[in-house]
Amino acid sequence: MSSSRLEILNDGGLRHDARRPYELRSTSFLLSTHTASSSSSSSSSSGLTPPDGSSTVTQGLTSVQVTVFGPREPKQRSQAAHDRATVVVEVGVVPWAAGGGGGAKRTRGDKRLQEIGAAIRQTFEPVIMTHLYPRSEIAINVQVLAADGGILPTSINATTLALIDAGISMLDYVTSISIGLHLLQPLLDLSQPEELDLPMLVVASLPSSGKITLAQMETRLHVDRFEEMLSLGTDEKSGR
Amino acid sequence: MFSVTTLPPSSTLSFADDIPSSHRKHPAELDAMDVDDGGFEDEYGGAGPSKRTVVTPGEVITSSKEYMRGHGTYVEEVNVVSSVTGTIERVNKLISVKPLRSRYNPEVGDLVIGRINEVGPQRWRVDANGRQDAVLMLSSVNLPGGVQRRKIESDALKMREFLAEGNLLVAEVQSLLGDGVMSLHTRSLKYGKLRNGFLLTVPPQLIRRLKSHFHHIPAPCGPTGVDIILGLNGFVWVSSGTSQERREGGEGFDAEGVYSDKNDDITPEGRQAVSLIANLIKLLAREGVPLTETLINEAYSWAAKNVPGDGPLSDRDGERMLLEVVGLDIHHRA
Repeated sequence: MSSSRLEILNDGGLRHDARRPYELRSTSFLLSTHTASSSSSSSSSSGLTPPDGSSTVTQGLTSVQVTVFGPREPKQRSQAAHDRATVVVEVGVVPWAAGGGGGAKRTRGDKRLQEIGAAIRQTFEPVIMTHLYPRSEIAINVQVLAADGGILPTSINATTLALIDAGISMLDYVTSISIGLHLLQPLLDLSQPEELDLPMLVVASLPSSGKITLAQMETRLHVDRFEEMLSLGTDEKSGR
Repeated sequence: MFSVTTLPPSSTLSFADDIPSSHRKHPAELDAMDVDDGGFEDEYGGAGPSKRTVVTPGEVITSSKEYMRGHGTYVEEVNVVSSVTGTIERVNKLISVKPLRSRYNPEVGDLVIGRINEVGPQRWRVDANGRQDAVLMLSSVNLPGGVQRRKIESDALKMREFLAEGNLLVAEVQSLLGDGVMSLHTRSLKYGKLRNGFLLTVPPQLIRRLKSHFHHIPAPCGPTGVDIILGLNGFVWVSSGTSQERREGGEGFDAEGVYSDKNDDITPEGRQAVSLIANLIKLLAREGVPLTETLINEAYSWAAKNVPGDGPLSDRDGERMLLEVVGLDIHHRA
């Protein structure tokens, strides 16, 4: 489709949105976007308790809002683990979030969204100190408000902030970024059109130790290039 | 340097005197410590851990050789590292980080307000804003009428008549069970089912442990005054006032009515007073002002003097109240 028409890197070495290869999109981080005192006080009676932590992260035209509930009593008691907290992730995309999957309508049970949810859960399970909260549940609710590539890294960044806002113990921040490869040139923080055309790697790591909690790739890539992209990804994020 | 600064001056007979400190530690370890220690002395004048009061997850606070880790921290290699965003608290050698925002952390003796979630065998499960539902055993409540006796099977069958799902109650934390679940009790005439008012939710950090968590604002505030219960779990109950005796089980205390579900008739003026107090508390909580009895009293007397009529508090009045009562200028804040 668009792959033949889109020029990934022009002669001047700029990408389609006039970024240089290692340049990130403009980002904004908002913390505590939903707090107990900002919402109606009697909401607890209707079961709509305000979240314990929340954040909204915008990277370029991608915008993700995350709310964290917990540690709280598990909604289904069968899910409770006697020695640690369980992490539950739910991902939703608002219907007007353009581009998310080429305009295809996504519902809650969507395979693709479940996969993103599982990736977020696997990223954070080893980082959250779950043994401190036995028999409880930490629910992470991800809402994609606008999709223009990099939903997963943006969601991970937003989830980190929401967890911190909720006062949940974590080993470190988790930062995430997407890395693409155009010919021999790695590109950082891909937008939707680039994401469709290029092999892409998503890395999430702990900036202070450099440990990687997630490395996800769905396309094929030469093994020599992989290492370069991976180290570029971890370096770039810790410098943030 | 290390051993000299940490030993109390009285311990002259300790073996630090006859054995050089370097003999008790691996040289590599000692080097690392010297570097740490020196860093602190240079940067902070040797006054203990980092002078920065706010840390975020993954931030190294100090060396684990000298300090013990408390809540909100973990040890990685030789460092005490923060695991939450909050303020550093140090008690002697114990370093802990208190999160800026978190769920309620129960302690025995705390006064909490909760909502019944479930009626189970011999117990109620209560949502008290903790990490798990609290339990209220049938054996730790008072029977209507104040009869003192062992609870029998017929009492268990009547549990839902005492407290049903969705009812609010005020209770005290009796004990903490093995995995941190709080067990509540209401064995005092001050505790029990709540009615004639409404619930506010504020961040639990804003409520300090006070001598009394029951406050009464007397009569010019509504015909019978307004009662406030500040639950340490961040739940605040604001209700139409009752007289001192009736609250504490004296003259006119309705022992049979403690589990009543019926609200009394509250006059419009009484309702207005309750909602005015609730709005003031909400406003203070929104700006992160810790709630105390005196502060609420001052906020009320300010409102009584300065807000004409009995409509809701306008934004401008709210800002003036914060400025004049708390000294908080939300317009010119950095």
